[in-house]
Amino acid sequence: MTSELDIFVGNTTLIDEDVYRLWLDGYSGLWGTVCGCRFGGAVVLDGRAGRARMSDAVALRVRSGILEQTGATAAVLQSDTMDHYRTFQMLERLLHAPPKLLHQLIFQIPPSRQALLIERYYAFDEAFVREVLGKKLSKGTKKDLDDISTKTGITLKSCRRQFDNFKRVFKVVEEMRGSLVDNIQQHFLLSDRLARDYAAIVFFANNRFETGKKKLQYLSFGDFAFCAELMIQNWTLGAVDPQADDMDMDLDKEFLQDLKELKVLVADKDLLDLHKSLVCTALRGKLGVFSEMEANFKNLSRGLVNVAAKLTHNKDVRDLFVDLVEKFVEPCRSDHWPLNDVRLFLNQYSASVHSLDGFRHQALWDRYMGTLRGCLLRLCHD
Amino acid sequence: MPGKLKVKIVAGRHLPVMDRASDLTDAFVEVKFGNTTFKTDVYLKSLNPQWNSEWFKFEVDDEDLQDEPLQITVLDHDTYSANDAIGKVYIDIDPLLYSEAATVISGWFPIYDTIHGIRGEINVVVKVDLFNDLNRFRQSSCGVKFFCTTSIPKCYRAVIIHGFVEELVVNEDPEYQWIDRIRTPRASNEARQRLISLMSGELQRKIGLKVLEMRGNAVVGYLQCFDLEGESGLVVRAIGTACTLDKLSSPAAFLPACNSPSKEMKESPLVHPPSHGCRSTHNSPIHTATGSRLTQNFSVSVPTLIYTGMGSGSAGKEGGPFKALLRQQTQSALEQREFPFFTLTAFPPGFLVHVGGVVSARSVKLLDRIHNPDEPETRDAWWAEIRQEIKSHAKALGCHAVVGYSESTSICEEVCILSASGTAAVLNPRFLQDGTVEGCLEQRLEENLPAGCGFCHIPYDELNMPFPAHLTYCYNCRKQKVPDVLFTTIDLPMDAAVIGKGCLIQARLCRLKKKAQAEANATAISNLLPFMEYEVHTQLMNKLKLKGMNALFGLRIQISVGENMLMGLASATGVYLAALPTPGGIQIAGKTPNDGSYEQHISHMQKKINDTIAKNKELYEINPPEISEEIIGSPIPEPRQRSRLLRSQSESSDEVTELDLSHGKKDAFVLEIDDTDAMEDVHSLLTDVPPPSGFYSCNTEIMPGINNWTSEIQMFTSVRVIRLSSLNLTNQALNKNFNDLCENLLKSLYFKLRSMIPCCLCHVNFTVSLPEDELIQVTVTAVAITFDKNQALQTTKTHAEKSLQRASTDNEELLQFPLELCSDALPSHPFPPAKEHLESASSNSGIPAAQRATSVDYSSFADRCSSWIELIKLKAQTIRRGSIKTTVTVEKASPVGEGNFRNRSSPPCANSTVGVVKMTPLSFIPGAKITKYLGIINMFFIRETTSLREEGGVSGFLHAFIAEVFAMVRAHVAALGGNAVVSYIMKQCVFMENPNKNQAQCLINVSGDAVVFVRESELEVVSTQQPAANCQPSCTGGEVTT
Repeated sequence: MTSELDIFVGNTTLIDEDVYRLWLDGYSGLWGTVCGCRFGGAVVLDGRAGRARMSDAVALRVRSGILEQTGATAAVLQSDTMDHYRTFQMLERLLHAPPKLLHQLIFQIPPSRQALLIERYYAFDEAFVREVLGKKLSKGTKKDLDDISTKTGITLKSCRRQFDNFKRVFKVVEEMRGSLVDNIQQHFLLSDRLARDYAAIVFFANNRFETGKKKLQYLSFGDFAFCAELMIQNWTLGAVDPQADDMDMDLDKEFLQDLKELKVLVADKDLLDLHKSLVCTALRGKLGVFSEMEANFKNLSRGLVNVAAKLTHNKDVRDLFVDLVEKFVEPCRSDHWPLNDVRLFLNQYSASVHSLDGFRHQALWDRYMGTLRGCLLRLCHD
Repeated sequence: MPGKLKVKIVAGRHLPVMDRASDLTDAFVEVKFGNTTFKTDVYLKSLNPQWNSEWFKFEVDDEDLQDEPLQITVLDHDTYSANDAIGKVYIDIDPLLYSEAATVISGWFPIYDTIHGIRGEINVVVKVDLFNDLNRFRQSSCGVKFFCTTSIPKCYRAVIIHGFVEELVVNEDPEYQWIDRIRTPRASNEARQRLISLMSGELQRKIGLKVLEMRGNAVVGYLQCFDLEGESGLVVRAIGTACTLDKLSSPAAFLPACNSPSKEMKESPLVHPPSHGCRSTHNSPIHTATGSRLTQNFSVSVPTLIYTGMGSGSAGKEGGPFKALLRQQTQSALEQREFPFFTLTAFPPGFLVHVGGVVSARSVKLLDRIHNPDEPETRDAWWAEIRQEIKSHAKALGCHAVVGYSESTSICEEVCILSASGTAAVLNPRFLQDGTVEGCLEQRLEENLPAGCGFCHIPYDELNMPFPAHLTYCYNCRKQKVPDVLFTTIDLPMDAAVIGKGCLIQARLCRLKKKAQAEANATAISNLLPFMEYEVHTQLMNKLKLKGMNALFGLRIQISVGENMLMGLASATGVYLAALPTPGGIQIAGKTPNDGSYEQHISHMQKKINDTIAKNKELYEINPPEISEEIIGSPIPEPRQRSRLLRSQSESSDEVTELDLSHGKKDAFVLEIDDTDAMEDVHSLLTDVPPPSGFYSCNTEIMPGINNWTSEIQMFTSVRVIRLSSLNLTNQALNKNFNDLCENLLKSLYFKLRSMIPCCLCHVNFTVSLPEDELIQVTVTAVAITFDKNQALQTTKTHAEKSLQRASTDNEELLQFPLELCSDALPSHPFPPAKEHLESASSNSGIPAAQRATSVDYSSFADRCSSWIELIKLKAQTIRRGSIKTTVTVEKASPVGEGNFRNRSSPPCANSTVGVVKMTPLSFIPGAKITKYLGIINMFFIRETTSLREEGGVSGFLHAFIAEVFAMVRAHVAALGGNAVVSYIMKQCVFMENPNKNQAQCLINVSGDAVVFVRESELEVVSTQQPAANCQPSCTGGEVTT
C-alpha cells in the first residue's frame, strides 16, 4: 500500500509556524533526500512510529518532540509537512510581490497570518547578510552562494531565497522617488524594523561599501545598518532634495566634492594646533585617556579629515568603513579608550571647529561630522 | 415572463502575461448569454485593465434565464493570429430571479482556465429586470427558491411541506463525442463545463415547475448529482422536498413575553418588506389556521401535508386507539402521492412522530447508450423502480413516509449500482387538527412531559412485526414499546433525550471480485451485494455495542464498484438514546473449547473488549440512570441483535431477492471465532482508536451533548489515494489497507486541527471511489468547530439543565435554552450546592486535588456569575431585536446601505481588501444568525494538466485545484453580497491520472447555500448604531421605514 496522493485543503489556509520556519530554512520536505534513500529507503524510528522514510524537515520535527506531545505517527507528520510545503510553494509566487498576497482570492488567510508570512519570508540570517552586505547583487555573487552556504551552515536554498529577496527589493525600489524605507514598506509590506534593515542592505549594495575585510569582521549587521541609516538621512541626495530620483540610494556627489574643503583643518598647521588646544582645554580632567588623546590628536584628526577628502573617489567611498576602523577605531582601541571618552572626544572635536575663526565650512563640517560621530561611536566596540 | 439581463465589465487585475516581448497583455472581454455575444474594447498593454464598459443588455426569455449561465471570456488580442483565451467565468444568474435573494451580482471573480487554473480576476456587475406576465403555460419557474439545506432554512417557516420532487435530464457527454478526439483538451473541457451548467439550469427549472404545480414556492434539501456514464452519456438528476415557505416575522410587542422554545422558533429578527414574488404571507402564528383552510380547499389531485411550523410533543403519549387514528388519517393523505419521501434530515418539532428504521434499496444496472436524450425513460424507470421498493419497505415497517431520503450511484465501465436509502417514519398529520390544538400542544410542551422519546416508539404492530425484534417499554415514558437499537439516516431530533456524547462510527469493507464483462459482471456484483450489506451491518452493530451506545443517526452506506473489487463504507453518528434500553456487551465464543491456550486467548480478548466498552462509556460520558426493574414493568431483556434494516437487491432482470439481515433467533452479541476471518474482525474492532482527547467527531449536523460552540470554524477537504500492491490481494489484506487508510486519514485530521482543541469534527463526510484497478480514493469533507470546554454542562441532572442536553440543530435554540434556564432553573437554586461545583471543577481542570479544594469555590462561583451575566446579556439581546428589524429594512433599501451594513459587521482587517467568506457543510454558523439566503451555489469545474510533474505531481495538482474551487465559491458568494456558504457539499471529485503521459484530470462539483450572517455579538452593536444610520439619508436612500 503506497500513498499516491494525499492532500488537505482548508477554507482558511492552515499555516504552521514551525513548518514555515523549516521551509524557509530550506530543509527538504520530500521523501528521503538525505536519511531515506541512502539507507535503502527505510529509517527505523522508535517502535511506535514504525518504519518510515523521513525527509529532513520531518526528521527535525520529530526531534522537536512533537510526536510525544501529540501522539501522532511519523507518517502523519510527513503528510502534514508535505501539505504545508505545497501550500508554501504556492504562496511563494505571491510572496514575491506581497501586495498580491493581500488581494489574491485563492488562499483565505487572516491578515495577522499574512503579515507573519511576509515578515518571515523577508527575514534574513545575520550570518548570511554579513557575507553579502555591500556586494553587488549580481549573478556573480549568486554563484558564490555555494561557498557562503558551506561557510555559514545555512542551506543553499535559504541562501538563495535571502539573496533573491535582497535583489528583488533592490530592483523594485532602485529608481523610485521618495523615502527608501517608505518605498520598501509600501511595496513589500514589511514591518518598520525590517524595512529599515532592507534600506540599509539596498544602500550598501548600491554604494558597494566594503564590509568583508578581516578587520571589519567584528562589526555586526546592526552596526552597519545603524550607519547606513545615518548616512541616508544626512549624506544622500534625498537629505537636501526630497524629490530627487534615487534620492536615498546615492550619496550626494556635490557634498562629497565639497568635503575636500575640510582638508584645511589638517593642512593649515595653525588651525590644527588651535583645534587641538581647544579640544584639550575643554577635555582636560574629563578624560581618562587624556594624555593618549593629546598625543594622538593630530593623527586622529588627520585620519578623519583625510577620509572626508578622499570620498570623491568611488574606490575610497567603498573603503569608508575600512578607513574609519583603521584611522580611528583601531588607534582608540590600542590605547584602550573607554566608550564614554570616545563620545566626549568626538563631541568636543566636532564642536570646537565652530570656534575656529579662520574656518568657513561650518555647515559642511556639521553635515559630515554629525553623521560620522554617530557612526564612529557605533563602530567602537570589541 | 421575459427579462432583461444587464452586464457591465468593470476591470481586471493580476492578469497573466500573454505577450512575452512586452511582459504585458492586451485584454478584452466577450460576454455571452444564449446566442448573443458582446465584446469590450481592447485595453492595451496592461495586466490590470480598466474596461469600464457600457451596460451590455440581453433581452431574453425567462426560460433561458434559468437554463443558461452567463459566460464571460477574457481574451488577449492578437493582431496577426487568433486571439488567445486567458480564461472564463461562468455566472449562474438564478439567485437574481427571485425577489428575496440577491438583487445584484457584483464583485471580483477569478478567471478560470481548465488547463492553467485561476489566471487573474475580473470585476463584473450583473443585474436582471424581470417583467411579470401571467402566462399559464409557461415553461419557466422563476421565483422558486432552492436550498441545499436539509432542514427548514433558518429565517423561514414552513407553511406546508408538500413532498418529494425529482427530475433528471440526460445528454451525450462531449468528452466522448468523436469530435473530441480532434478537439483540444481545453475546448473539450469547456464544452463539458458549459453543458453541465446548462443541464443543471434546465433541471432546476423543471423541478421548479413541478413545485409550482404542487403550489409550493421552494425546494428544500435540493440534491443534484451527475452520473458520468462514459460512452452512454451524461445524466444530471436531482431530488428535493417541495415546500411552501414563509419569511419569518412577528410583531415586536410579542417578543419579551416569549420564553418557550416553540414560541421562540417563530420569532425572527427579520422583517422583509412584502415581496412581489411571494404568493402568501402569514405574519403571525395565529394566522396559521388560514393556511390550513386554504389547503383544505385544494384539489385532491395534489395531496399535501400541512405543517404549521410549531408545537411539539409526540403522539406516542396518546393512547393506542388515538395513535392508530392518527396514522390512518396521515396514511390516507400520504398514500395518495406516488412517493411520500422527504429529503429533509432535520424537522421542526412535532413533525416526526415515530421512526421505524433505515430502508434502503440497491439495484445493479447495465448502461446502454441513451438514444433519445429528450425521453430519458430508462433512467427514470430505474429510479422509479427503486423508489417503489423503498416505499414498500417503509410500509412493511408500518410507516407511511420516508425521511432523510437520498439517492446515489456508483459507476464502473458499463455497470452501475443505483442506491437509495432513507428512514421509514410516521409523520404528524397536523393538517387534520384545527388551530385550537396548537394551544394545548404548547401547554403540554411546557409541562415537558413527552421529553423527546416519542420518535423512538415503534410505528409497527407489536404482534405483527416485520422482522424479529426485541421490544421493551420506553425507558423514558414507560408507556410505549421501543426497539433495543435504532438506525436512522436523519439528524438527531432536537428534542431527543440523549445521554452523554456521540461519536463517529464507521464500517469499512472490501470484497474482491473477478474481472468480468457486461452481464456476467453485473451478476457477480449483485451476488456480492447482500453479503456486503450484511457485513457492513454487523460491523456497525458491533462497533455501536463497543461504544456502549444504542442508536445511529445520519447513517450513510456507500457501496462503490471497481474493476476488481467492491468497497463498502458506512458512516453514522452513534448516540445513547435515553429512551432505548442499555445495550448489552459483546461476548466471544470459540469453536474449539477443549484447547486450553485457545481458551485463554479467547478470555483475553473478551477482557479487552469489556475494557474497551467500559473505557468508551467513560469517554463519551454514558452513565444512564439506574432503573429498577419494577418501574420498567418488564424485565430488561437479554439483548439480541436484530436488524432495523430492510433492503433488497434487484438485478436488471427484475429478480428480487429479499435479504433478512436479522440473525434470527441466534444470540447475536456472541461473536464466534471459528476461523481467522472472524479473528481479524474482532481485531479490527479493537484497532479503531478513539480521537485524541479534546476531539469529538460525528457525521451529523451537531454533536449530541455539545452545545456551547464558539465561533471558530474550519471547513476542509482532504483527499487520499492509495495504490494497492497487486500481488496476491486477499479480502483480509484489502480490508486492512482500507481500514488503515481511513484511520490514518482521521489521525491526520486530528493532528492538523490540533490547534483548535477542544473541538468537534461535524458532518464528517467520507466518499470512497475506485478510480482504477489498484487505486482507492477517499475524499473527506467536514468542518471543525471549537467549543468552550469550561462551560460544558455535561454531568447535570436537574430538570432545567436536561433541556440543555437536548441536541439542537437550530442556532436559535442555542440562544433559547439558556433563556429557559434563566427563567426557571436559576431562580430556584441560584447557587447550587458546593459539591457540584467541586465535581465540575475537578473534572475540568488539571489542578492537584489539594489546591483544588481551596480554589474551587471561588473560581466556579465566578464562572457561575459570568455565565449569569451572559444570560442577562442574551436576554437583553433578544429584547432588543425589535430594533434590529429597522436595520434590515435599511439594508434592503439600497445596496449602499447593505454594503455599509456588511462592512460594519465584518471584523476590520487592516489593509486587506478581500472579505472573509466562511464555508460550512452545516446549515448554521455557530454564534451567528443567518439573516438572508441569497440563493443556491452549484458549480462544476474541470481541471486538466499536461505537465503533472511540473505542477508538483498529483498532490500538487489536486491541492491547487481544490484551493481554486474554494476560491471560486467564495468569490461567487461575495459577489452575491454574502459572507458564508452553508450546507456546503462536494458532491463529486473525480480524479484521473496518467503519470506516464504526465497528465491528470479532475472534475469537481460543489454546492451550497449562499447566506448573509451576522454575529450575535454584533447584533447588539448594529442595533445601537441604528439611530446613526438613520441620520444619513444618503445611506438609506430615503426609504427608511421603522
